[in-house]
Amino acid sequence: MKLKAIPLTALAVCILGANSVLADDDWGWSRRAPDVAPVKNELYQSECGSCHFAYQPGLLPAASWEKLMGGLADHFGENAELFEDTRKTLTVYLVTNAADNVDGYRRSAKILRSLNGERPLRITETPYIRYKHNEIPPRVIRNNKDVRSLSNCAACHTRADTGSYAEREIDIPGIGRWEDD
Amino acid sequence: MNRVIMIAALGLAATAAVPAMAADVVDERLAAYQAEGAGPFDAKKGKAMWTQQFTHAKADKPRSCATCHTDDPRAQGKHAKTGKAIKPLAPSANPERLTEVREIEKWFMRNCKWTVGRKCTAQEKGNLLSYLRDL
Ligand code: HEC
Ligand code: HEC
Ligand code: HEC
Repeated sequence: MKLKAIPLTALAVCILGANSVLADDDWGWSRRAPDVAPVKNELYQSECGSCHFAYQPGLLPAASWEKLMGGLADHFGENAELFEDTRKTLTVYLVTNAADNVDGYRRSAKILRSLNGERPLRITETPYIRYKHNEIPPRVIRNNKDVRSLSNCAACHTRADTGSYAEREIDIPGIGRWEDD
Repeated sequence: MNRVIMIAALGLAATAAVPAMAADVVDERLAAYQAEGAGPFDAKKGKAMWTQQFTHAKADKPRSCATCHTDDPRAQGKHAKTGKAIKPLAPSANPERLTEVREIEKWFMRNCKWTVGRKCTAQEKGNLLSYLRDL
């Protein structure tokens, strides 16, 4: 079972990796690797997706995830404690798939490069994500009851759950499609 | 005591089978709380606790179970901070609820600490589960 699984995974990684190299932003319609690796772990999806969108591990580096998973009892003012066995399993999943441990995903690479060694707890505190959203006025985020916070990625990025954050897929509640000009 | 063990065993058997029934899992939990010295359980007290407003050092304003789950556990709730929808908690409205021991105890651990400022006692958990089951 194991022997069979490994070459298949390796093949999948090759295909996804090659696509992301070949495709370019202008070829938006072509099939290519998503911006970050999508979540395929059911335990993670249910445990870390119950209060908010299940953020992809590739949105932060390993050290950020380790810090976050060490402080779940006070998780941004919330209690997100897990039983120890689940906490360990999910930490391994997050670290293995963190931005600094995956290859071939553009946004992960860009987030990582922007960090300059910093290891913030929030995706919304990484310079790359901050910079990408710095033109969006507060009325569109904070004063928008269907968004509330920039942390609510899936409210605007309609295909965020597939790991895709392309501009043409953005649809902001109450505002609509995003035209960048 | 024998009866308690019987009920617990039945409850466990029910948990292992898929799909589990909320009624069986709640029975198993109640038996376990009784084994810890709690009981008898009172759904009315559970209902009162559901909407009771708690203040504690970490709460900027009073908190209750209804803050996220609304006054009626049969209704869809909404997470107080993230706004994410929370499916109804009462098994009568959502048969998937109260069907997994670990899920129940994990959310009790989190929600009691956040709402009440401490863990809930076995007595309180028994009252709350009786309330939710009977709705
Ligand atoms: C009990 C509810 C709850 C659970 C369970 C939970 N979170 Fe959160 N999480 C929150 C809240 C509330 C915030 C803050 C959102 C905001 O500021 O708008 C948050 C924020 C975050 C952020 C920061 C988002 C940003 O602003 O960039 C990350 C990352 C995160 N959570 C990861 C996780 C992971 C990983 C898990 C699973 C181990 C998890 N969360 C489980 C409630 C929860
Ligand atoms: C209020 C709606 C909104 C929310 C919430 C939001 N975004 Fe965005 N995002 C946008 C808009 C609008 C843009 C395009 C900005 C531009 O280029 O003008 C964007 C751009 C991006 C880009 C770059 C896309 C590209 O093609 O250059 C990424 C990556 C991204 N967002 C990720 C995230 C993540 C991760 C989150 C959650 C932590 C998030 N966004 C939350 C609206 C949002
Ligand atoms: C800050 C928001 C919040 C508060 C306050 C809150 N809960 Fe919850 N609760 C949740 C979320 C989120 C879930 C998981 C939702 C899901 O699985 O879809 C949950 C799940 C549960 C479950 C798990 C049910 C199951 O079998 O799936 C129980 C039991 C529960 N809550 C009881 C309570 C009680 C009792 C209180 C008051 C002491 C309370 N909650 C207060 C957010 C909250």
